[in-house]
Amino acid sequence: MPRVGVLALQGDVREHTSMLERVGADVVAVREVEQLDDLDALVMPGGESTTIAYLLTTSGIRETLGKKIEDGLSVLGTCAGLILLADEILDGRSDQWSFGALPLAVRRNGYGRQISSFETIVEVKGVGEVPGVFIRAPKIETWSDDLEVLAFHDHGDGDHPVLVRKERIWGCSFHPELTKDDRIHRLFVDAV
Amino acid sequence: MKRGLADMLRGGVIMDVVNPEQAKIAEDSGAVAVMALERVPSDIRRDGGVARMSDPEMIQSIQAAVTIPVMAKARIGHFAEAQILEALDVDYIDESEVLTPADEENHIDKWDFTVPFVCGATNLGEALRRIGEGACLIRSKGEAGTGNVVEAVRHLRTINAQMRRLQSADSNELFALAKDLHAPLALVQEVSLTGKLPVPLFCAGGISTPADASLVLQLGAEAIFVGSGIFKSDDPDRMAKAIVEATTHFRDAHVVAKVSTGLGAAMKGIEIASLEQRLAERGW
Repeated sequence: MPRVGVLALQGDVREHTSMLERVGADVVAVREVEQLDDLDALVMPGGESTTIAYLLTTSGIRETLGKKIEDGLSVLGTCAGLILLADEILDGRSDQWSFGALPLAVRRNGYGRQISSFETIVEVKGVGEVPGVFIRAPKIETWSDDLEVLAFHDHGDGDHPVLVRKERIWGCSFHPELTKDDRIHRLFVDAV
Repeated sequence: MKRGLADMLRGGVIMDVVNPEQAKIAEDSGAVAVMALERVPSDIRRDGGVARMSDPEMIQSIQAAVTIPVMAKARIGHFAEAQILEALDVDYIDESEVLTPADEENHIDKWDFTVPFVCGATNLGEALRRIGEGACLIRSKGEAGTGNVVEAVRHLRTINAQMRRLQSADSNELFALAKDLHAPLALVQEVSLTGKLPVPLFCAGGISTPADASLVLQLGAEAIFVGSGIFKSDDPDRMAKAIVEATTHFRDAHVVAKVSTGLGAAMKGIEIASLEQRLAERGW
């Protein structure tokens, strides 16, 4: 049984936890640096990326997690988690940092404010159609060729990736954890 | 999807701010959202008069200043103020007892809106009535602008105790319990099965120290609203950061102790018995 941490500083930790348990992971809520030890993978949940970034710094997790990502820890980031994994953040705070683990530029609230939040069906490579819940979602604006795109969505301005992967690092614009469909979590945990 | 944003705010602190400078401090300190309003509740309480929706210009200046969600308050029952706030693209509307009510019988039909609503509640019946009207998030009311957490604790404990009562009831009893609570039967039956509200439960009204935050989170609140408690304290910047950290690490007394150390004075606070106007009694 893979041991998967859920970064539990802020956000929809509970939904990820129950999804991961459903697909057979041993789940650890991570609030302290020591809890990063002996993890096979980590999920960074949805929430506010500025808040999570602030708490990553104050809790001292930022530095250690950065090293573990470099050393090959598997990570899935959804929404705010995707922003924290990106190489570049557009429309963020001027001092907003990220782990730079995914070769892409992501625009905060790129799909609009809450009033523009939406639900749609996303076609995921190798999985099929999954429900996609986009809440003040970040938009992947540019991406490098070595990024594996598992799903695109066209929101009236051409195809943009919404589920991506580069080796062990996964990013998702939407919230698979808010639905009853556990196939994306299964895909991630199986790959681990 | 409308309630999804409330899920994203869980474990966070939503701070009242009256200008872009305060909004920046809130964002810098790790707030998950800000509530844009013209006066914090303690000033509304002091000044008296009719408290209304904020000036759109002020809300827009705050939206421009921060990247986190911006909420704003409409008066209870004032659906036209809510329409304006929706037109301004605010991320959440608080139909709030802190403002002077516009309708003494009816709350806003919140199903009519795309933007999600948060409403206050002092007990389970009130919470379920608001959810029936379309609220996506409930906050226990507490007593805003007092810096006194006693009412927040009373309301949280009441809601939780009433939910436990429903859980232990058999199906025959739920009809009479729904009647007693003045709450929609279907929601009463749902709470009886799940043991929790169908939407997230946050806490507001009187939280003014990191210890207060830890207390209400341990009592079951999933996130907190802090109004006057931050910008009426001696050192708002530090107080904001301390409350954010205490909210994340609410079960870790060492962290709460550390962030509580040397904070300066919290807001002065008011004894509830001395109040002329109890805001929590507004709303029905």
